[in-house]
Amino acid sequence: MIDFLNSIIVLLNFIIIPGISYGSQLALGALGVTFVYAILRFANFAHGEIMSFGAMITILFTWFFQSQNIGLGILPTALLALPVGIIATIILCIISDKFVFQYYRYQKSVPVVLAMVSIGVMFVINAIIRIIIGTETIKFSDGQKFIMKAKQFKVMTGLNEGLALKSSQVITILITILLLTFTFWFLQKTKTGKSMRAFSDNEDLALLSGINPDRVVFTTWVIVGVLACVAGTLYGLDKSYKPIIYLNLVLPIFASAIVGGIGSPFGAVIGGYVIAFSEIMVTYAYKKFFVYILPSSIEPTGLVQLLSTDYKFAVSFSILVIVLLIRPSGIFKGRVL
Amino acid sequence: MMKFERYEWVAIIIMISLFIFVGFIQGWSVSLVILNMCIISAIMTMGVNISWGYAGVINFGVMGFLAMGGLAAVLVSYPPIVESWQAGGRGLGISFALLVVLVIAVMYINKTVIQKRNRYILNSLIIFFGILIIRHFYLNATHNIEDVNPAIAGFLGGLGLPIIFSWIVGGLFAAGVAFVIGKVALGLRSDYLAIVTLGISEIVVSVLKHEEWLSRGVKNVIGLKRPVPYEIDLQNADWFINLVTYLNSSKLNNIVDVSDRQQVLNNLIIDGSGIFVKLSYAILFLIVMLIIFYFANKAQLSPWGRMMRAIRDNETAANAMGKDVVKQHLIIFVIGAAIVGVAGAMLVTLDGLFTPSGYRPLRFTFIIWIMVIVGGSGNNLGAIFGGFVIWFSWIEAAPLTTFIINQITVGLEPTNSLKLHLLDSVPYFRYLFMGLILLLILRYRPKGIIPEKVRHS
Repeated sequence: MIDFLNSIIVLLNFIIIPGISYGSQLALGALGVTFVYAILRFANFAHGEIMSFGAMITILFTWFFQSQNIGLGILPTALLALPVGIIATIILCIISDKFVFQYYRYQKSVPVVLAMVSIGVMFVINAIIRIIIGTETIKFSDGQKFIMKAKQFKVMTGLNEGLALKSSQVITILITILLLTFTFWFLQKTKTGKSMRAFSDNEDLALLSGINPDRVVFTTWVIVGVLACVAGTLYGLDKSYKPIIYLNLVLPIFASAIVGGIGSPFGAVIGGYVIAFSEIMVTYAYKKFFVYILPSSIEPTGLVQLLSTDYKFAVSFSILVIVLLIRPSGIFKGRVL
Repeated sequence: MMKFERYEWVAIIIMISLFIFVGFIQGWSVSLVILNMCIISAIMTMGVNISWGYAGVINFGVMGFLAMGGLAAVLVSYPPIVESWQAGGRGLGISFALLVVLVIAVMYINKTVIQKRNRYILNSLIIFFGILIIRHFYLNATHNIEDVNPAIAGFLGGLGLPIIFSWIVGGLFAAGVAFVIGKVALGLRSDYLAIVTLGISEIVVSVLKHEEWLSRGVKNVIGLKRPVPYEIDLQNADWFINLVTYLNSSKLNNIVDVSDRQQVLNNLIIDGSGIFVKLSYAILFLIVMLIIFYFANKAQLSPWGRMMRAIRDNETAANAMGKDVVKQHLIIFVIGAAIVGVAGAMLVTLDGLFTPSGYRPLRFTFIIWIMVIVGGSGNNLGAIFGGFVIWFSWIEAAPLTTFIINQITVGLEPTNSLKLHLLDSVPYFRYLFMGLILLLILRYRPKGIIPEKVRHS
C-alpha cells in the first residue's frame, strides 16, 4: 500500500503537476493563436514574440517595483506588474494591427500573405525585445518559492517520496482557471462575444446584420493581448525568462491549437494539455514508478524511457502530424469560435 | 537562351558593384567571404523559389533540408572509423533489417486485412512490439559506437570520398526526406503546411543533434577535407609564390632593400593565399549556381513550367484539365528541397565543420523566406538578387548600425549608459532591419524587387 502511494506521488510530482502547469501555459498561448485564426483568419507566427514582449514589460516593472520596495509579501512581485504588462501588450497588438495587419485585411489578402506579414512583425518585435533587454536568462520570481517542499511533505506523511509544489505552478493554474472561465463566459454570454462568434462563423452574414468589424477586431486584439501577456509571464515565472525560448514555444503552441482543432477555443485548451502531457509522459523515465509498483523480481533495469528528453519538442510535432493524418480537423472540429 | 530586361541588368550590376565596393572599403578577403555566403544563400533561395514561386507550394522546412545536406557532407567526406563499425555495425545492421521487416509487415497487413478496426489493432500491436525489439539491438549498438574513443570519434564516420561529391548526395538526402514529408503533408492547406514543414524540420534537426552515432550530435564534426587547396600548402608552393611576385612586380621592384622586399612579399603571400582559397570556393559555388540557374530557367519556360503556373494560379481548373495536381506538387516540393540540400552540403563544405546545434529556424528558414519575398517569387534572377541583397545587408547591418548609433549619440559622453547599451545591442538591429525590409516589401512591392515576368504563351 505504501509502495502504491509512493508510486502515485512520483507520478504527481514529476508528471501531473508539471504537466498541468506547462499545459496551462500552452493552453493560454494556443487560445490566443486560435482567436487570431478564427477572427482574422491567419496563422500568427508573431504570437510567441508577443508573449515574450508582455513578459518583458512585466519584468521591467517588476524590477521597478522591487527597487521601490513595493511587493506582495509571499506572492511574486510580478503579479503586481502583470496589469502594466497586459496594457502594454494590448497596445502593441493594436499598433501592429493598425500599421500592418489592417491593410491586408482591407485588401482581403490570402492567409499565406498574412502569415508572411506576421513573420515580419515577429522579426521586428524580436529585435525590439533583444535591444531592450538582451538575450540573457532572467529569473524574476520572488516571494515564497515553494508552497510545499519535498522534505516537508516527507516529514508530514512519512512517505519515501516527496511532493514539491512551487508557488508559480499554483499561481499558473489559478490564473488559467480564472482567465479561461472569463473568456468562455465572455464568448457565450456577452453581446460583444456573441458578435465575435458570429463574425468568425460567417463574416458576410455578420456584416449584414450590422456587426461592426473594426470593433470585433479591436476586441480580438485586446483578448489576444491579455492571453499572450499572461501566458508569457507565467511561463517566464515558472521556468525563467529567455527571449529565444519564446520563438521555440511558438511551435508547440501551434501544435496545440491545431491538434485541438484550430479555430475552436475549447479545442485549443484541450490541445494545450494534450501536447504538454504527451511531451512529458513520452520523455519521462518511469524506472522509479515501476520500482515501487512492481514486485522486486521483475523490476526494470533500464530507465524505462520511451524517448530521451532531447526529443521533447519533436514529440509535439509527431503528435501534430499524426493528428493531421488521422483527423485533419483536429480533436474538436474547429474554424468557428 | 534567356534575355534580361534592362532593370534586370541593373540588378546584376548592383550585385557586382556591392562586392567591389566592399572590396575597396573593407578589403577583398571580407568581400569574398560575404560573396561565398551570398552565393549559397542564392542557391537556397532558388530552391525555395522553385516550389513557392513556380507552384505555390510552401516550404518552411528549409532548415531541415540544409541539415540533411550538411549530414551528407559529413557522411561522404569523413574517413570511416573502423573501430566503430566493428563495435556496433552488426547491431545497427540487425536493427535496420528488422525495421525493414516491420515496414513490410505493416504494408502486408494493410493489404490483406480489410476490416478497419482489426487493421488498426494489428498494426499498433506489431509496431509496438517491433519497436521494443528493435530498440534493444539499436540502443546496444549505438551505445557501443558512442563509447569508441568519444573524445575524437564516437560515431561511424563516413566514406572518405572527396567532399565535392557530397553536394549531389546532399541533394539526394534532402529529396528523400522531402519525399516522405510531401507524402504526409502536401494535402494540407498552405498555412497548415507551413507549420507542419517547420515542425518536421525541427524534428530532423533534433535527430541530428542527438543521434551521436550518426552525426556526432552536439559534439560537432570538425576538420572536414576541403575541395580547394589549404593556405599553408599554397604559401610553400613555388608556382603560387611566383604568381604573387608576378602580380605585384611593380610594387616590389620599387623596394630597394632586399630584406624589406622579402618581408613585403611574405605578407603578400599570406594575404594572397587566403584570398586565393576564398576565390576558388567562389568559383566552384558560382559554377553550381549558374548550372542550377540555367536549368531552373529552362524548366520555367518549358511546358512543365507552364503547367506548374497553371496549377498555382487555379488548382481546380488545372485538375479539371487532367493535370495530376497532387503528384506535381510532390515533384516540385522534392526538387526544391533537393536544391536546398545541395546548398546545405556546400555550406558545410565552406565551413569545414558540421554543427547541428547551429541550425536555427530564425537564421535558416525565415531569413531564406525573406530573401525569396524580397527578391521576387517566381523569378530566378530575383531569387539570386534577393539572396545576395539580404545576406549582404544581414552582414553589413552591424557596421552600419554602429555608425548610425555613433552619429546619433555623438553629443553623449562615451560612458553614457544609454549609448553603451545601444552599442551592446548592435547585433540585434539586424533583425529589426530584416523585419522592416520584409514588411515594406510586402506592403509596397508585394511581387518583390524583380517580379515574375508575365508570359502570354
